[in-house]
Amino acid sequence: MSAVIESHNHDDHHHGPAKGLTRWLYTTNHKDIGSLYLWFSFAMFLIGGAMAMVIRAELFQPGMQIVEPEFYNQMLTLHGLIMVFGAVMPAFVGLANWLVPMMVGAPDMALPRMNNLSFWILPFAFFILLSSLFMEGGAPNFGWTFYAPLSTTYAPPSVTFFIFAVHIMGASSIMGSINVIVTIMNMRAPGMTLMKMPLFVWSWLITAYLLIAVMPVLAGAVTMMLMDIHFGTSFFNAAGGGDPVLFQHIFWFFGHPEVYIMILPAFGIASHIIETFSRKQLFGYASMVWAMASIAILSFVVWAHHMFTVGLPLAAELFFMWATMLIAVPTGVKVFNWVTTMFKGSITYETPMLFAIAFVVLFTIGGFSGLMLAITPADFQYHDTYFVVAHFHYVLVPGSIFSIMAAVYYWIPKWTGNMYDERLGKLHFWLSFIGVNVTFFPQHWIGLAGMPRRIPDYALQFADWNMISSVGAFLFGASQILFLFIVVKTVMGGKKATPEVWEGSRGLEWTVESPAPYHTFTTPPKVS
Amino acid sequence: MSYQKYYVPEESKFPIYIATALFLLVMGAAGTINDLGKPDSNSVYILYSGFAVFAVTLYFWFRAVIREHIAGLDSAQLQKSFVFGMGWFIFSEVMFFAAFFGALFYVRNFSVPWLGGDGEKGLANMLWEGFEASWPVMSTPDAGSAFVLADKSMSWPGWGDALKWLPMWNTIVLLSSSVTVHFAHLALKNDNKKSFNTWLGITVTLALIFVGLQAAEYYEAYAHYGLTLNSGIYGSTFFMLTGFHGFHVMMGGFMLAVMLSRSVFYNHFDPHNHFGFEAASWYWHFVDVVWVMLFLFVYIL
Repeated sequence: MSAVIESHNHDDHHHGPAKGLTRWLYTTNHKDIGSLYLWFSFAMFLIGGAMAMVIRAELFQPGMQIVEPEFYNQMLTLHGLIMVFGAVMPAFVGLANWLVPMMVGAPDMALPRMNNLSFWILPFAFFILLSSLFMEGGAPNFGWTFYAPLSTTYAPPSVTFFIFAVHIMGASSIMGSINVIVTIMNMRAPGMTLMKMPLFVWSWLITAYLLIAVMPVLAGAVTMMLMDIHFGTSFFNAAGGGDPVLFQHIFWFFGHPEVYIMILPAFGIASHIIETFSRKQLFGYASMVWAMASIAILSFVVWAHHMFTVGLPLAAELFFMWATMLIAVPTGVKVFNWVTTMFKGSITYETPMLFAIAFVVLFTIGGFSGLMLAITPADFQYHDTYFVVAHFHYVLVPGSIFSIMAAVYYWIPKWTGNMYDERLGKLHFWLSFIGVNVTFFPQHWIGLAGMPRRIPDYALQFADWNMISSVGAFLFGASQILFLFIVVKTVMGGKKATPEVWEGSRGLEWTVESPAPYHTFTTPPKVS
Repeated sequence: MSYQKYYVPEESKFPIYIATALFLLVMGAAGTINDLGKPDSNSVYILYSGFAVFAVTLYFWFRAVIREHIAGLDSAQLQKSFVFGMGWFIFSEVMFFAAFFGALFYVRNFSVPWLGGDGEKGLANMLWEGFEASWPVMSTPDAGSAFVLADKSMSWPGWGDALKWLPMWNTIVLLSSSVTVHFAHLALKNDNKKSFNTWLGITVTLALIFVGLQAAEYYEAYAHYGLTLNSGIYGSTFFMLTGFHGFHVMMGGFMLAVMLSRSVFYNHFDPHNHFGFEAASWYWHFVDVVWVMLFLFVYIL
């Protein structure tokens, strides 16, 4: 691969960022907007994390110690909503903003002004969501899945604000995804065919497609809620001929692809990092692409595995069980390829690689517990227990979140021009790794032993493991302060990074200097 | 290699204004809805101010894009971005309607028959014994005071009364408008401006007629049929599907009207370069296809 970096000859008057605060308000630059997304996501990660700390503090011992049950429910709901819509998704969009134009050799995102709009909707949306804590009746308290009738008939008045916040978040996601797709389809450098695209770009192309397909369905679901609550319709009311189960169908038709929206970009990130630090070409590039595409397509036909105990016809129970298990096949292909890439590689264990390997191992654990949950008769036992909590936290925390952290360590030298502190990075990794496993592994056991999820108090026999889980959570939470410190330290200074940054790095983004210039490819590079 | 620079505006104030407008709009809307029946609520003014900022900013934003186009700032590649962008936007709209069509499919094929005692989950009939499933659901399972039961539905009246049936006229009007907008497009490609303006004018008129007929139908429903949002699941699906469609007709009609005025007053389009109009016409065809689905699944079947 070769790149022509042409700059500074005919457009000297505008190649740097604007000065002052308005730079961030008015910017159309994909790097500025990427940074905004990433910082916003980090702020939400800390707020949502603080709520998790409240939850774990209450669960430290049986009995009610710290919060009222009503407030506990609000913490639980907001924790889920903020982590899903405020932390994980914006972090991936931020990474896409920073990386996709550089990886495909584009001057910027395809629709730069709309890009700015996609971001600036988010702070408003989350201001509305968080302000509901101070409204009459409190914040939403029905869980992040907001099942009717908890979210309709029995919801606090703030649900109306929640509904509209979801609407504008959805608009933000749809615009962001359109931007990503158009950038990838239309702005690739000459010679970069689809099957030569970096896997992170592939993963985002598929993710963006999923987002455009399901965010409008979520908008439909909350609109029906709004109408049921305030305008007398009967969508989720059996008395009028509707069905509360209809809500679950619509929600999970959105919700299951949403789960993959939060993991596919992680697959892309892991592929890049494992390739680099194994100093080998990635094993099975084409099968990686097909695996992601298969996972995305299958994600539309598995939604009811979240609803096995709600009373589905037998044929539906069987269909959704088998369809769900089928996803293990492409996922297995990916794990196989990552392991095979590492096989006989000259591996070094820098912080991004540690996070990436932990991602592969721990995500696979989450995948296996997912397979257990997919077995319909077994799920009748596991449903709504802490086993489910352990499962989805394993795929989201050491899955999605570890991949985001890996990506930050991997690309931050390119973003800032400075190397992060390797010793602190490794410390952060080991603290997080131990913290996450101590928090979530015991939850498998208390779940199998029968502890239900979403309760502030529990029976005495679950006490020991809950206490250990809470200790792990405090460790994990505290070690993220270290992460913040490391990132700020790297932004402020550090050892200067070379253009390649890593010995085995491949891809267009490593051909430009570090930090990457404000406008990367005003003329597209040639890709051979 | 010939290369035309991709236009990236340096900075823009439009997005932050739109984001602020959306914030005001949704705060105002949520506040207004929560305060329904409270006369001293001020939320509606927040809603109005949000709408005003939204409309004004959109006007200036589109004006800026049009001016950039006329100044020749946009390359062929950028125009392709607009084409792709519009296509994917329409796909997202399709999925929005899919949620409501999916809900209709589910209640008609599963939940209503189950409530009536049919099928694998017919046990649900024990909730309201004696409820008999039918579509349209004229008598809700719980016929309590929460529901205003309709006397008459909007369904197909049989061939004898087909021409007295408003939805039939709506269908004729909307399908014709898809044809007329296509004729307008052909005229534009042949560089016949006068014919373009005429056909586009006819299309906008048909859009207005459709909205008028739809309003008449809603009046009929509320005033004479007793069919309202409170009539149970039939009224819910009927009004939400046709209502969102009607709203999209208004948006599409507005877009076409803007294109008409751009053509009549500013002579904006030329035979090879008129994506603004094309985008609006795609949207119009999309709205038309949704109506065909509605006609089939909400009215006829």
